[in-house]
Formats: sequence, C-alpha cells, structure tokens
Amino acid sequence: MRVPVEWLRSLVELPDAVTTEQLADRLTMYDLKLEEIVGGGLSGPLTVGRVLAISPEEQKNGKTINWCRVDVGAQNEPSVPDAPGEDVPSRGIICGAHNFGVGDLVVVSLPGTFLPALGFEIGSRKTYGHVSDGMICSTTELGLAEDASTANGIVVLEPGSAEPGDDAIDLLGLGDQTLDLEVNPDRAYALSLRGVARDAALAFGVPFTDPADRPVPSTDAGAYPVRVDDPDGCPVFTTLVVEGIDPAATTPAWMAKRISDAGMRPISLTVDISNYVMLELGQPNHCYDRAKLNGDIVVRRATEGEKLRTLDDVDRTLSADDLLITDDLGPIGIAGVMGGDRVEIDGTSTDVVIEAAHFDPVTIFRTQKRHKLPTEAAKRFERGVDPELPLRAAARVAELLVELAGGTLVAGATVVGTAPAREAVTFSSDLPARISGLPITADQARDTYERNGCTVELAGDRFTVTPPSWRFDLNDPYDFVEEALRTAGYENVPSVLPTPTGGRGLTREQELRRRVGHVLAGAGLVEVTTLPFVGDADLDRLGLPQDDPRRDLVRLANPLSAEEPGLTPTLLIGLLKAASLNIGRGHESVQISEIGRVFRPRAGHPTAPIYGVDRRPTADELAALDAALPEQPRHTGFVLVGERHRSGWSGAGRPVEWSDALAVARRVAENLHVELEVGATTLAPFHPGRCAQLRVGDRVVGHVGELHPKVAEAFGLPGRVAVGELDLDALIEAAPLIGPKPDFSAFPVAKEDFAFIVEDSLPAGELQAVVAGASPLLESVRLFDVYTGDQVGEGRKSLAFKVRLRAEDRTLTDADIKAARDQIVAAAATLGAQLR
Amino acid sequence: MSAPNSDYDPVEVTPLRADEVERMRDEALAAIAAADSLDAIKQVRIDHTGDRSPLALANREIGALPPAARKDAGQRVGQARGAVNRALAARTAEVEAAEFERRLAAETVDVTLPTDVEPVGARHPITTIQEHVADIFVAMGWEVAEGPEVEAEWLNFDALNLGPDHPARTMQDTFWLDPESAAMVLRTHTSPVQARTMLTTEPPIYIVCPGRVYRTDEADATHMPVFHQVEGLAIDKGLSMAHLKGTLDHFARAIYGTEIATRFRPSYFPFTEPSAEVDLLCYVCHNDPAEVASCRTCGGEGWVEWGGCGVVNPRVLIACGVDPEEYSGFAFGMGLDRTITSRYDIADLRDLWDGDVRFTEPFGVGL
Repeated sequence: MRVPVEWLRSLVELPDAVTTEQLADRLTMYDLKLEEIVGGGLSGPLTVGRVLAISPEEQKNGKTINWCRVDVGAQNEPSVPDAPGEDVPSRGIICGAHNFGVGDLVVVSLPGTFLPALGFEIGSRKTYGHVSDGMICSTTELGLAEDASTANGIVVLEPGSAEPGDDAIDLLGLGDQTLDLEVNPDRAYALSLRGVARDAALAFGVPFTDPADRPVPSTDAGAYPVRVDDPDGCPVFTTLVVEGIDPAATTPAWMAKRISDAGMRPISLTVDISNYVMLELGQPNHCYDRAKLNGDIVVRRATEGEKLRTLDDVDRTLSADDLLITDDLGPIGIAGVMGGDRVEIDGTSTDVVIEAAHFDPVTIFRTQKRHKLPTEAAKRFERGVDPELPLRAAARVAELLVELAGGTLVAGATVVGTAPAREAVTFSSDLPARISGLPITADQARDTYERNGCTVELAGDRFTVTPPSWRFDLNDPYDFVEEALRTAGYENVPSVLPTPTGGRGLTREQELRRRVGHVLAGAGLVEVTTLPFVGDADLDRLGLPQDDPRRDLVRLANPLSAEEPGLTPTLLIGLLKAASLNIGRGHESVQISEIGRVFRPRAGHPTAPIYGVDRRPTADELAALDAALPEQPRHTGFVLVGERHRSGWSGAGRPVEWSDALAVARRVAENLHVELEVGATTLAPFHPGRCAQLRVGDRVVGHVGELHPKVAEAFGLPGRVAVGELDLDALIEAAPLIGPKPDFSAFPVAKEDFAFIVEDSLPAGELQAVVAGASPLLESVRLFDVYTGDQVGEGRKSLAFKVRLRAEDRTLTDADIKAARDQIVAAAATLGAQLR
Repeated sequence: MSAPNSDYDPVEVTPLRADEVERMRDEALAAIAAADSLDAIKQVRIDHTGDRSPLALANREIGALPPAARKDAGQRVGQARGAVNRALAARTAEVEAAEFERRLAAETVDVTLPTDVEPVGARHPITTIQEHVADIFVAMGWEVAEGPEVEAEWLNFDALNLGPDHPARTMQDTFWLDPESAAMVLRTHTSPVQARTMLTTEPPIYIVCPGRVYRTDEADATHMPVFHQVEGLAIDKGLSMAHLKGTLDHFARAIYGTEIATRFRPSYFPFTEPSAEVDLLCYVCHNDPAEVASCRTCGGEGWVEWGGCGVVNPRVLIACGVDPEEYSGFAFGMGLDRTITSRYDIADLRDLWDGDVRFTEPFGVGL
C-alpha cells in the first residue's frame, strides 16, 4: 500500500516535527512494515525559468543541440555574453531536447541541485563549446509520472502558473514523499488512508478524525433499484445516483497526484473519483452509466458457462461460483473484482449510478484466483472491507462527482441488506500479560482496545470485547493479545530462556545418518546437494527400459519446467549431472556423494484426505494421511570419475574402477555394523556385467558397480565411472543397536595360502564365504589374486586366498593346521574348486 | 694348518713366541682400525679371527707344547685373541652406526612435495549448518524432529490455520502433486513437522526441525525452488513471547557470537498470534555508527532480517490436539541457506546446488 505522506497528514494531526522516517519507524512497529520511502530526496536550487532565446547549433554527429538563454529570476547571473539573444541577466544552458520554445516556462536545475532520478548533483560544466550553467529538466529527470504527452520531454509549465525564479520543488510537489507499506493479509483495513491514519494516530497518541464519519443520504427513497439474490455472497449493496455530470470535466491535479503517488494511474474523472474514494476509505466502488443499464440491478451467482467481457477487454467464461452484478440484459460486472464493458462510463455519460457493496471475502478470493484477476478491488474484498462503509463511501463518491463534475445528487439511497454484527470475544484479563511476557495491565489493554474502536466490558477478570466493523483480524482471544502487544511494544518483550526438562539427544537414526556423512567424506567423497526435479529425458539418459518401475514418477501439477515434471526416483541423475558439470569445468577427477530423498508413488496414486481443524484427527485418520504420501526414503548415492588415486611424483595413480563403488558401500555398511551380501545382477544404468546387488538378509539395500558406458557418454563422463546408490533408511534400520564384540586371540597366528582353480562363472565371493566357514580356527580370509590364462585353462580361473588360522586358547600344532587345511580344501571342493 | 707335530720340535714353536703373538695381535688391531666399511670389517674378521687367521693357527700349536709351556702360551694367545675380538666388535659397531647414518642421509626427502594422492572428501555446508543448529538446541534439552518432504495438504496448510480460502496461502507459492486434487504438496515450510509432533506427542514439546522446503521460485542468484529452513516449536505450561525472545537470543549468540542481539517487529503468520519478524543485529558492522552506513551485509540498516516467529495460534493447537487452556507455546523459523551465503559472502545461491566440488571442498567436514 502506497501512502502519500501529505495525504496521510491531512487525515491525522501528526506533529510537524515528526519526520517521514520516524513516521515509517512507528508504523513498522505497528505492523505496517515500511518497504521503502518513495520520492523526496530532491534538493537544491530547482527553479522555474523562462526561455529567453534559443540558438540551435548543429553538431558534427548530425545532432542539433540548443544553446539557450534562460531567465531564472533572482538566480540570474548579471551577464552571459556568449548566450544567444540580448545580454540580460540570465543563465546560459545547453539542452538537447526540442519540445519547448522561446517564452516557455521550464524547470531548471541550477548547479547544486540533486536529482535522485539521475543520482548526482548538477554542476556547471563546459559542453558543446559553451558553459552550461544548469539543466532544463524532463519528466524522467524529475521523477514525475509520465503520460504520452510528456514522455521523455522537457516539462513545460502552464503559462502564468509560475514566475521565473520560483522554487519548482514546492510548485511541482517534488518534495512529497510516499510510504510504501507492506500490509499483511490480516490488516485489510490498512489498505486505505483511513486505516493507516488511524494506526498513525494510535502510534503517536494524537486525535484521529474518521473520514468515513460523514452524513449519508436518507434511505426513505431509493436511488437505483437493486435485488440481491445471494445475501451470503453480498450482505450489503448500496446505490446512489448523480445526474448531469459534465462528461468533459477533468481530474484536478491534486487528485491525480495523490492517485499516482498511491501507485494507481489517473484515467478519467469518474474513474479517478472512484479510485480516490477506494484509496481514502478502503471501499471499492463502481460507477455505471445509467443510460446503459436495463432494469434492476440483480446480484446473483453466474450460471456455469455464462459470458462477460470485462473492462480489460477480455471475454470471460464464468463459473457457477462467481458472484455477478447483472441487469435485464445479463452480467454487467464480476462482483468485487471487475466491471463489464457494456455499462462503462464514457465520454458522453452524464448520469451515474454509484455502487458500493460488501461481498463475502471467500467468494471474491476464489473468483479472482479462478480468473487470475487480483485487482485492487479484489485485493481489498478478499481480505475484508468494513461492511458499514458502503453507503458512506457511495456518498463520498457522490460528493466528489457533484463538486468536481458538476453533477446533482438525486435524493434517496438504495440499501439492500445490513452489515453483519460482530461477535464479542471473551477472555481472561491477564491473557495479554501472560502470553506477551510483558506486564500489560487490564486497564492498559482496555485503553488500547477502545482506542482501536472496540467496545470493551471488563467484569472481574474477564474481558468481553466487541471489535469494530473494520477489524477482520480480531476474532480470537490471542488476536487481542497481539493488539495489546502492538501498543505495549514488541521491542519491550523481555528475554527469558525456557528450561525444558531434558531431551534424549539425537535419535539413533539421526546419529547414524551423520555417521554415514562422515564415512563418505572419509572415503574421499565430496558431498553435493542437487535439485530433485527430473523428466523423461533424464530417465532416457539413464537408459531405463520403458517398463522400468522407476519411470512411474511422482509428478507435479505445476512444475517450474515442463521438461522436469517429476520428483527423482534416484539420486544418480543429480549426481551424474553434477559430475558432468565438474568435468565440463575442467576437473579431471570427480568423486562426489549425496544424501537425500528419492520419491516413488504409491500404488494407485491415492489422494490424501483433508480433515477439519476443530479437533485432532484420530490415529487412523493420521495413518491414512501417511498412507497416501509417496514413499520418500533417504538414499545415499555416489559417483566416481577419473582417478581414484592421483598420479604424481610418487608414481602412477589408479583409475576409478567398478569396485571403488563397492568399497564405498562396504565402508558405509561396516560403520553401521551391517553385513552386506553381494551378488551379481543386471540393472540400468549399470554396465550389464559390472553391477552388484547389495542385500541385508533378503532385503535389497542398493546397487553398486560401473556405469554403463553409454550412460557415461550420455552424461559426458570420460572413462570408467563407478556409481552406487544405497537405501540409507533400510541400512540404518538394519544397523544393530550394539555392534560386534571385539574378538581376537593373543595366541600365535598360522598363515596359509590357497590357490583354487574354479569355473570362471563361480563368483569369488561364494568361494570366499565357503572358505571362511570351513574351519573354526579360521580367523580371516582375504582374496589376493585372480588369474585367468593358459595355466588354468579355458573357462576357468584361479582364485588365491591368504588364510589366517588362530586358536583362542592355545598355540596351533602342525596337526591342527593340517586339519584346518584339509577342511578348507574339502569345503572348496563342494563348489568344484580344486587346489592348484 | 700344521700337520701332526710328532716330528716337530716341541720346545721351540715360532708362532707361539711372545714377540710373534704380539706381532700378530698388532697386525690384526691395525687391520681392524683401518676397516671403514662393513665389507672391510667382514674381510678383517676372516683374516684375523677366522679359522685360518694367524692367531687361530697359533692357538692350534699350543697342544704341541710340553705341558709346562702350555699355560703360558695359552694365556698369551688367549689374551691376544681377546683383544682382537673386542676391537673388532667395537669397530663393527662404529662402522655400522656410520653406515646407518649414511643410509638415512641418503634417504632425505623434499618435504615440500605435494601429498595429494588420496582423494579428500568434504561435507556440504548446508548439511553441517543443520547439524550445528540441531546441536545448539539439543544442548538445551530440545530434540530434533523430521518429516516427509512430500506432505499432505492438510498438514502443510489446514492444520496450521491456513484454510483453503486463506489469502495467506497465496503468499506461499506451492508445488502441488499432480493432480492437485490428490491434496499433496512439496512442503512449503517445515511447519508440518511441528504439526506431526504435536499430533503424536504429549506436551511438553521442545523440538527443532531442520530440513528442505520448496517454493515455486525460478532459480536465480537470490532464489531457489528448494531451500533449507530450521523451525522450532516449544509447547509447555506458561510459555510466552518472552521465552521465544530468550530462545532466539540464545540461538543467535550461539551461531553469531555473544555480542549479537535480536529484535522483534510485528508481523503476520496464520499459525502464530501474536506474530513477529525477528531481526539480528548485523553480525558484520554490529550497527556501529562508524561502520553501519557502508555495511553491505545489512545495507546500512544495522539489522538483518532473520526469520519469523510468534506464539502458536490456539487454532493450530486445537487442530493438533493440544489444549490451549492448559498449554501455550511458541514457534520460529528461519532460512539456513542465507546463513551460509551471508557468512561466506557467496553472491549466488545457485552455487550451493550446482555440485561444483570447489564449493564444498574448502569446508572440509565442518564449518
């Protein structure tokens, strides 16, 4: 809401000493937050001048500039011999514009003038071969509102409206400032000068005269007949009639200036008066050309599909929920939002029907949303307009039409309906103090409420307060706490640290998630955060088959980009894009990880229920909410490109290979004390022969391996790329509360090596598991060599293990060791393995 | 080696003469002293203490002496051999020590060489700031609550006093799941976590909820469609705005330093009443008259906007099953992304999301 300070001061007797900044500070602490102070700031000798002579001088660049002699009254130099015309007291000024002539009154910024629109102080300077002793100003340079006639041109004042040497700042109102206030949705009343003035009066403790407090026409006779078919949507509807206005009358400058300072555009006198009253009182209103109305005005809901061309020349198809103003020929306006073009005031209109009504906020909110018409009227009605205002506002419009357009108010007023009464709110008189933490007494609270227009009863320790008609934000006891606190001062709330009884720290899940974050960093991975929005093209790039369940995305109704309408089912898309960005920016190696949610729709794409808010939903009702939400488990993903260990002075590095992803996964699992089972599988986007499925028991908790070369290429990643994604929630769920016991023996170790020849198809992990389980003396087994080649024959490979044997209670004997060896060889044989 | 010495003159055996033994000993000692490497030591050991060394050979001759002469000769040779062995051991130790020093000297490295072979990981500052904030509150006895990012409309809006026709709903540019009638959204704030906690936990409640939230803002230098918030909720008997102020003061000081103050300005949020905006004393210029005018962080205001807060609206308590006659509470929320960007003077929010490792690496695993 833009509030011209001059207009505000005309409504409330603020002390002259109060600066605009002080006013803004106090209003901010009254919940009318200052966005910015507009205007002002222009200072120095901005002066009215009369052009005495012009000498056009053509320049080398083909441009003609004007070398002028200007009379600026008392500001004249005694002589400017170089300037055109007769050498009289004046100033010489260079000007590039041409829309003025000798004898015109112009605005001159003499040296020392600061123009905020330019951001610098004007000086005297040599240009085009002359000393230009100031500047003749344009609308833009003065920061004036432009219209077509003055756009980018020199401001030429009306002849006789000023004398050379006059101060142009006051003359043009250029010193006026406007407060741009942020009005929160609950403070609808402050979308008017009336409302802001009332708060300003409260804030400074000065008297307030309500501009709406005015005599209204008698309703003994009607003005223009009205029927309201929907009193819920339209509780009050008022008409007045003004006849015989002068269609040629124009808006006076003071009104046009206030309207444009308030951020609206002056259009024509009738429209301007209507807007002026809306700004002044907060009551949107509408003027119809009576000659264009046919029969009674009827307020009703639209029939579905009904058509109306609104004032913005758009043909609109109406919904049955839209509230309409109609006459015998059909709709003439969408109630509270925008009028129709059929009954518009035009250059021939002489008789005006003024409408001022009160509409149901929800109806207006829905309609403006539906038609995307957040007009000034709708903005006010949807938040709540004082229902006692319509007749007074209509009378104010009529008064201005009579005064400025020469019309005559027809006796009588039509008023249909009455303003709904406000309900009283009862609460304990110590509530304001208890909730605010400030020692606000009952008397102080009562005083605040009364000064805000409330009716207050204090019986014992109970307040019964009836809010005034314009305060839509005062409905609950706590609303009155806020009202009292606003006066007592938010800045005075003391600081007291509460003392909870003691929490249980992080949950186990939270702690383990942190642990995984540290493990990933410890594994040399740099954490990234990526956006979760994806589209089919991303899934194509991943090489997901058409029937892959991950193609069933959780989709958004209003995505930012039509290309990315879904929420990602995998962290790999974001990670691969990030890896690609790094490679594109010149990194040779990228090793990154992310912890975040992935999204999978529930079968049948259920709808979430919506409950009332008058009670806690039952446990079943809450469970139904959760059951509708997509699955959104936390995952961790990682991508490794380039060298796992860098080449350098100490030798060649090691390129990333598929097993690096598995190693990361194992490191995560080990730190959660979870035992992973690893098996080969085939799954996009992995290399078909290099993908490991990770399980905890029967539950698949992730996949790791090498990225399919085609996918790597699609993401612009060079070489072999190791990737993995783990279901972190599942891993954490599987983590035992107490990890494995440190279990080791101090007796001597016996180290034995085995090389087994097996079928190529036998996974090493299987053989290793069998070996590991073969002897109770076996402490550890580690695969240290894999060999394929002539020595083992086609289709076979050699797997070599280092085995450590140790007993808990004794030094092993040769017989113990031989027995263990035999057990291991026998166990391996069950998988067809032969000792080499 | 001498042959059996039966035909040998048993009285006069040259090698056992005192002067001869002395000579052999001195020769050996000289050779030992001259040995300056382990190889030379080895040779000396063979030449002067080995089986064929003169003293060893002399020793063998002792048996050929008449018994009366044996003791004398044996003593003489034994002393000589002892002296040689001691000298050899001492010299060996000396030479070994010198060789060891030489080897270490030869192993001298250039300590300025880089050590960048192993990959170095790092954690994203948005992760660590969330943990840092959580820890501040956990230390006060609060707990950390979490909830889903795709949330039911009822929990994101209705339960928080944002009914379907509430104008404030348009203040929040919401991502809706398709179709909109499915009544699910990407949460626009972490407040549904507060609702979920109240719905499932009996007061007293003291929780913070850090997490990701979503608004339909196009990505640019100062906006992202996804960002991070931390919200707090306290529900207990007798809580007031003063406790809110105390909590925020403590929080501010824990993050920005002990000299930081907070300031309330009135505001409006549907879920709190009264509501306030909370500002931080500018943590760069501290509103110092000498510095504030040129301060870029606060734009010359001396204060920076931090977040929103207020007393929990009783309507929210009722919808979440808390009796407003018995309990009151307060809530607050602030963005975390800007805590990072302002602290490290990062001009473009998108840097947090691009995944360029150079953004994260300098943070290591902490802030």
